[in-house]
Amino acid sequence: MTMKYVLTAGVALGVLSGGLATGAPALAADEIKIGDINSYTRLPAHTIPYRRGATLAIEEINKAGGVLGKKLVFVSRDDQGKPGEAVKVAEQLRSRDKVALVSGSLFSHIGLALASWAKQRKTLYLAAEPLADALVWAKGNNYTFRLRPSTYMQAAMLAAEAAKNKNAKRWATIAPNYAYGKDAVAAFKKILTKLRPDVTFVGSQWPGLFKIDAGAEVQALAAMKPDGIYNVTFGGDLAKFVREGRTRGLFKGKLIVGLLTGEPEYIDPLKGEAPVGWLVTGYPWQDIETAAHKKFLAAYRARWKDYPRIGSIVGYNTMLAIAAMLKKAGSTDTDKMVAAMKGLSFDAPTGPITFRAVDHQSTMGAYVGWTVLKDGKGTMERWQYLDGANYLPSVEETKKLRKQ
Amino acid sequence: MGDFVVTLLTGLSSAAALFLVASGLSIIFGVTRIVNFAHGSFYMLGAYIGVTTVQSIGGGAVGFWVAILLAAVLVGLIGVAMEVLLLRRIYRAPELFQLIATFGVILVIQDVTLWIWGSEDLVGPRAPGFTGAVTILGQRLPEYDLVLIAVSPLVLAGLWLLFNRTRWGTLVRAATLDRQMVSALGVNQRWLFTGVLFLGSALAGLGGAIQLPKGGADLLMDFNIIAAAFVVVVVGGMGSIGGAFLAAILIGLLQTFGIQIFPNSTLILMFLVMAVVLIFRPWGLLGRPEIPGHGVVEAPEAPLRPAGRSLRIGGALAMAFLLLLPVAHLIAPSLVGDFSLVLTIEILIFVLFAVALHFIMGPGGMVSFGHAAFFGGGAYGAALLVKFADAPMEIAFWAAPAGAALLAILFGWFCVRLTGVYFAMLTLAFAQIAWSIVFQWGEVTGGDDGILGTWPSDWASSRVAYYYLTVGFTVAGILAMRRILFAPFGYTLRAGRDSPLRAAAIGIDLKRHQWIAFTISGAFAGLAGALFVYSKGSVFPTSMEIARSFDALLMVLLGGVHSLTGPIVGATALTWLNDLFSELSYWRFLLGATIIALVLLLPDGLAGLGDSWAGRRLGLASPGSESGAGPGSGSGAGDREAPA
Repeated sequence: MTMKYVLTAGVALGVLSGGLATGAPALAADEIKIGDINSYTRLPAHTIPYRRGATLAIEEINKAGGVLGKKLVFVSRDDQGKPGEAVKVAEQLRSRDKVALVSGSLFSHIGLALASWAKQRKTLYLAAEPLADALVWAKGNNYTFRLRPSTYMQAAMLAAEAAKNKNAKRWATIAPNYAYGKDAVAAFKKILTKLRPDVTFVGSQWPGLFKIDAGAEVQALAAMKPDGIYNVTFGGDLAKFVREGRTRGLFKGKLIVGLLTGEPEYIDPLKGEAPVGWLVTGYPWQDIETAAHKKFLAAYRARWKDYPRIGSIVGYNTMLAIAAMLKKAGSTDTDKMVAAMKGLSFDAPTGPITFRAVDHQSTMGAYVGWTVLKDGKGTMERWQYLDGANYLPSVEETKKLRKQ
Repeated sequence: MGDFVVTLLTGLSSAAALFLVASGLSIIFGVTRIVNFAHGSFYMLGAYIGVTTVQSIGGGAVGFWVAILLAAVLVGLIGVAMEVLLLRRIYRAPELFQLIATFGVILVIQDVTLWIWGSEDLVGPRAPGFTGAVTILGQRLPEYDLVLIAVSPLVLAGLWLLFNRTRWGTLVRAATLDRQMVSALGVNQRWLFTGVLFLGSALAGLGGAIQLPKGGADLLMDFNIIAAAFVVVVVGGMGSIGGAFLAAILIGLLQTFGIQIFPNSTLILMFLVMAVVLIFRPWGLLGRPEIPGHGVVEAPEAPLRPAGRSLRIGGALAMAFLLLLPVAHLIAPSLVGDFSLVLTIEILIFVLFAVALHFIMGPGGMVSFGHAAFFGGGAYGAALLVKFADAPMEIAFWAAPAGAALLAILFGWFCVRLTGVYFAMLTLAFAQIAWSIVFQWGEVTGGDDGILGTWPSDWASSRVAYYYLTVGFTVAGILAMRRILFAPFGYTLRAGRDSPLRAAAIGIDLKRHQWIAFTISGAFAGLAGALFVYSKGSVFPTSMEIARSFDALLMVLLGGVHSLTGPIVGATALTWLNDLFSELSYWRFLLGATIIALVLLLPDGLAGLGDSWAGRRLGLASPGSESGAGPGSGSGAGDREAPA
């Protein structure tokens, strides 16, 4: 009994004193801290490669002497997939860990929550992976920048390629029932109809995210008798959709377009059942022959004994961007860093990238090509790297989109 | 025509996994009265173990099916382990307390699964001999769908034989009807419960393994199936296997046809069905109404007493701590960082939310599984006013509890007609409906991109100012709720909880009192939501989702449902532990293990501390309870004291 009381009293005491034990650790003068927030427990398959890419870049930068004579320190935290938690962690990074800026996140709503927070706390936030268009347009603000090509950009690239197929006139879409899916379908529809006034969209399916009833959805799509299908599902939904669609003969003789379907995160788990002949955006890491990418690939494999995913290259580029920005700003003063981010150009393994001053979106592009099976694994062929700069609205149009 | 037939068959096949999981849940609940939230985790384990067993046995024509059955048996054994090591030790704790234990199990299983199988989704192996499709009236249907269509009736028949033709099955049915009588007749309940846990978990595991050829295994499966499984069990009638079968088919067909007619309905349809069924047939399609007095009999609670000296002193000390924390921060910022204020604000918000839930759960005896509807309702009430009317914080803050109260009036009107688990399930259904509306109505609510820019007015925007604002609202809210509980209204509410029959006999309109209590609770939850919105600067549908409701439930149960200070202690402990562990990579495992340890150490919640000297001083104990007196002390541990 006594033991029980001691234990329970200990728990109670710990609880009572918990609020206090959050004093700030001493700040080392020779380092610059970067606060990183991502959904490491909610979507580990996507975020762990991100952290590895980022860590690799930090290690390389520090080995080369750091930035401004200081070492970069990467403080990485989990947001549990909840926006409220992400904001709390951001507060903690800012006030306790004294980070110079915050970067990361994958889910769009978490990116948006952090953007709103960044504006209020006047802290620089470099969104790495969230795709929502609103992040830099409708809800954009002075302190938020985004690296990865947005939903709109990737959909625009696919629509431009899909428009070249003259036979596909009746289109159906299937996308997860949330903002990303809706944005992706709206952007694709808008651009394809502009390029090809003769196409019609005959229907849209909206399965719940990660709750797809694949048989029923495939049945519903088949009933629309489309020539082309635009797919935005991913993860477990994609696997079920592909398996069910193939067994039921849905894809035969149709042009299938898949947003993100070629990314290793999504196509690799499908193994030998990966779709063939789909037009997709992705990341054909095995076949990119540029010297810069080959160097990145070798370093990544040596460091992690694994191959890179799209998250890895995004994480790597994010840290390169931060290092380039710090060099340009010459300081960790937020206003100077924000000014340096605008129009910042740097060279990444995927090619040169610029952060547009007008909307804070980077011009990092995407790889667009056709899926194929090689050695029992899905990958891409006939792909090309499309520069994001060519798929962004003009400065005039963007200003209209970005009314603050 | 071909289209119709194939769609019909597709719906029947998607009902199969649902039926297997739901029947297991139903059996477990029927006998043990445990609402097993870890059931979805068993489904997920079935899928992961299935992938492994198929790989190691080989996916031959026989090997595949052996592997699937082996996966089911292994998951059944894990269920047995949970029963023997964990649940068995806490059967005598207050009802629903086992819920917390199953929460802990969910968290542990999530991290163990991640650790064993890695983060990448696994694609399920295909069933040998059933990889192609058959053509029916010109439409193709996967052959495996036919297998799945055949499985449900086979399992149903097997279960019928088991329950009607074996002695064990007869005992299980008897225990479902009247557990006390079975016990009085000298049946060893322990083995009955262990067997039921094995059967139920194995069915969940079978459900997970058998759907492999249609999908695969991923780490989100547990939460994705559990809501659907509850819907099926409730629609069918808790404890009724035939009902689960019927409901699974009904839901499967509605989903399949619903998707074709209303492609947007995927999120809401299931919960609409559950709400409609519960409103018109509260005990489900094939369930029976509860027989009063034949549930778990708990010792009646001692009446609440006004705050004694020690609680007043404790409250004053806590108040002094809260008021002086920012002063300490200003004097010694290196010792008391800015973040300690952030964390305390968060703790206070969840304390208010938990106390609001406890208001109906403890004294009201109404367990809500969907209280996030009001937390989120308040949050959105405030945020929408900001978005569309550009309302300043001072106005939006009052709109939040008002909006949440309106929502509670609407939902409460339906909910208070039900009792017990059915009440809980209807609140869950309404919360999910509210969530889907917020999630889907993008033009107004911003969908899952939420509403941004809800920051406090200038005077309250500094951290210290907002901190004092939160302290003020939370303390005022807690004291107001205490005051209500010690008013005649509160006594009436407790009378209705302890004996609805006698309360009715002396002329109390119990439903009306419960409705009012539900509304008050909703309003205070809404106030917590408003505090949350302004501390985060944005609001998203996540503030309304099931997980948020469960968090609050966990806080109340962990703190101890019988004590007025319980939810305060529970919310503080859980929020703080969550923050403490979240910096570590396997925080879910640690949090889950801590919860399980607390459950085993303190079968009466943190209020079990009441048996100790300190607990008694803090008003956590019941004056009459003897030290370590088992279940009696649990039901007796209460806060007998009134507002200072």
